[in-house]
Amino acid sequence: MQPFTTHTGIVVPFDRVDVDTDTITPAQFLKRIERTGYGDVLFHSLRYRPDGTPDPEFVLNKPAYRDGTVLVTGRNFGCGSSREHAAWALQDYGFRVIIAPSFADIFANNAAQIGLLTIVLPEERVRAMLDAAAREGYQVSVDLERQTVTDAFGHRDAFEIDPFKKHCLLNGLDAIGLTLQHEAEIARFEATRPDWMPRVTLQDA
Amino acid sequence: MTPRTLVDKIWDAHVVRHREGEPDLLYVDLHLVHEVTSPQAFEGLRLAGRRVRRPDLVFAVLDHNVPTWPRTQPVTDPISRRQIEALERNAREFGIRLEGLLSRRQGIVHIIGPELGLTLPGMLIVCGDSHTATHGALGALAFGIGTSEVEHVLATQILPQRRPRTMEIRVEGALPPGTTAKDLILGIIRHIGVGGGIGHVVEYTGSTIRALSMEGRLTVCNMTIEGGARAGLIAPDETTFAYIEGRPYAPRGAAWERALACWRTLPTDPGAAYDRRVEIDASTIEPFVTWGTTPAQSEPVTGRVPDPDAHPDPRERAAMRRALQYMALEPGTPIQEIAIDRVFIGSCTNARLEDLRAAARVVAGRRVSPRVRAMVVPGSQQVKAAAEREGLDRVFTGAGFEWREAGCSMCLGMNPDILGPGERCASTSNRNFEGRQGPGGRTHLVSPAMAAAAAIAGHFVDVRDWRV
Ligand code: SF4
Repeated sequence: MQPFTTHTGIVVPFDRVDVDTDTITPAQFLKRIERTGYGDVLFHSLRYRPDGTPDPEFVLNKPAYRDGTVLVTGRNFGCGSSREHAAWALQDYGFRVIIAPSFADIFANNAAQIGLLTIVLPEERVRAMLDAAAREGYQVSVDLERQTVTDAFGHRDAFEIDPFKKHCLLNGLDAIGLTLQHEAEIARFEATRPDWMPRVTLQDA
Repeated sequence: MTPRTLVDKIWDAHVVRHREGEPDLLYVDLHLVHEVTSPQAFEGLRLAGRRVRRPDLVFAVLDHNVPTWPRTQPVTDPISRRQIEALERNAREFGIRLEGLLSRRQGIVHIIGPELGLTLPGMLIVCGDSHTATHGALGALAFGIGTSEVEHVLATQILPQRRPRTMEIRVEGALPPGTTAKDLILGIIRHIGVGGGIGHVVEYTGSTIRALSMEGRLTVCNMTIEGGARAGLIAPDETTFAYIEGRPYAPRGAAWERALACWRTLPTDPGAAYDRRVEIDASTIEPFVTWGTTPAQSEPVTGRVPDPDAHPDPRERAAMRRALQYMALEPGTPIQEIAIDRVFIGSCTNARLEDLRAAARVVAGRRVSPRVRAMVVPGSQQVKAAAEREGLDRVFTGAGFEWREAGCSMCLGMNPDILGPGERCASTSNRNFEGRQGPGGRTHLVSPAMAAAAAIAGHFVDVRDWRV
């Protein structure tokens, strides 16, 4: 996983609540078997008009936000399906940080797995950032070690993060590798599992 | 001992390693795999030179993008075919059982797990799919996971997870005539909101839940994620045991007795505490129809499309306005005056035998409205075969419905069954997000009986007025 320590970037305001993963990456783009290349289809139905040309009204298409790397949005971001393609698309597009009043559980998990930082801030602070970012060129700096978001106007927000998640993000740790260190404990547990639990057979059971 | 909830008991029985400040390492009893969220996970294993730790605890199926036309015809979409072939190759390479296109056990992953007796009480189940919560209906703790976690579980059989908060949703009383488990869960989501369950695992309790059939319970647990909770369960009871006994993977003989003895210890102890509690009065449930683009945006069929201006919260007002614009609906329109173009009876929410029977009762002896194209997609090949033994296929086709092969189909529009831009559909599925059933398509979520009645009438109607 890509480690995350600090990041400074332009804020892209996306003032919507309950943004679902079908909106982030529609199903017609889930058929690929690769992990990369989803940035172009991010927010597809909002970003492009039916004829395939970019919709100039959509925030990602406005020149001022082209280089944005911090997405600020409404509550319950990433609800709906478990598709990690949603997190891949945001990261592939260039986002490093997403700030919202709340995130859907599976989405937040998926983001953490790939080094995309999700930050929960109170509703009124998110609102203030959305307003600030409506003016061009609004930037914030995120410091994961200190758990802060700061801007050039002297605003400073502290955020909470699960300490283990923080540790893994800071060091870009391979989660599978971490679990495999506990092989002996896994094997011990495995030996005690009840015998009535099904085992899948290659022939019909 | 301190009293524990059903969730606590299953959780505690699966902790391989617990360290303060770290997620618990939980042992996964069954890992369900499908073609859409798995290719990158298998590829990750290959790149890292890792193996699948327990192929005998992994079960794979093709369901999301398979065409529902006859299986003798080829999969024409080359990208779908590539994804299907990838899972076939991965299953072969890693020694995993796959229910392929020609299997008589093929079907939607959340339908066939319970149907085959793979889903049992007290198990910890994961799948790279958010509707994995469905399996909670049998008293299993079942989580939807993302592709990185799919890879993690394949390699280690472990899911690292923080203990979630618990939420009891208690429903008491008899469901009014003409309402179903689908209306109940739509009513619950309407009550708690789409983000209401974030960070929680839900346990559904109360007399209404106890009185539901197993198929109804599966419908309720299935849509738990639509209320923001990652898992939802119901304590196992005699209904559960009767459903399981004799299924292909269910334990038999002495193992069955040992299993029963264990399962009877699972229900929440008297006095156990939940972090949150919600009470629902079953008599408030009506046949619901969603009018918006989240599953919480619903009204009783006797109601009207709501007016955003009447909502106190400005952000909610904006969301409602956007939803109505997408859905091309005017505030104040009676729900029953909304005309539809398509009907989809299917999905892991409502494509079991009981659902098809309920729809067939409404349809029998009638004709689909000439303005409507209607289709039934059974949840599995076994559901399809059972329905055909009862003659339900002839009831549907006689009325003008299409009768298709099993799969996810128009629930998410990854196969050729999609809505055209602007088409309006009464659907028994679980998500009405913008573009969910095809770009520009408009989805109204309803119960199977309501969908069937709408197909006949050409617009929404109250099934309670429908003489069957
Ligand atoms: S039927 Fe729909 S919700 Fe269920 S698994 Fe398939 S796509 Fe997902």
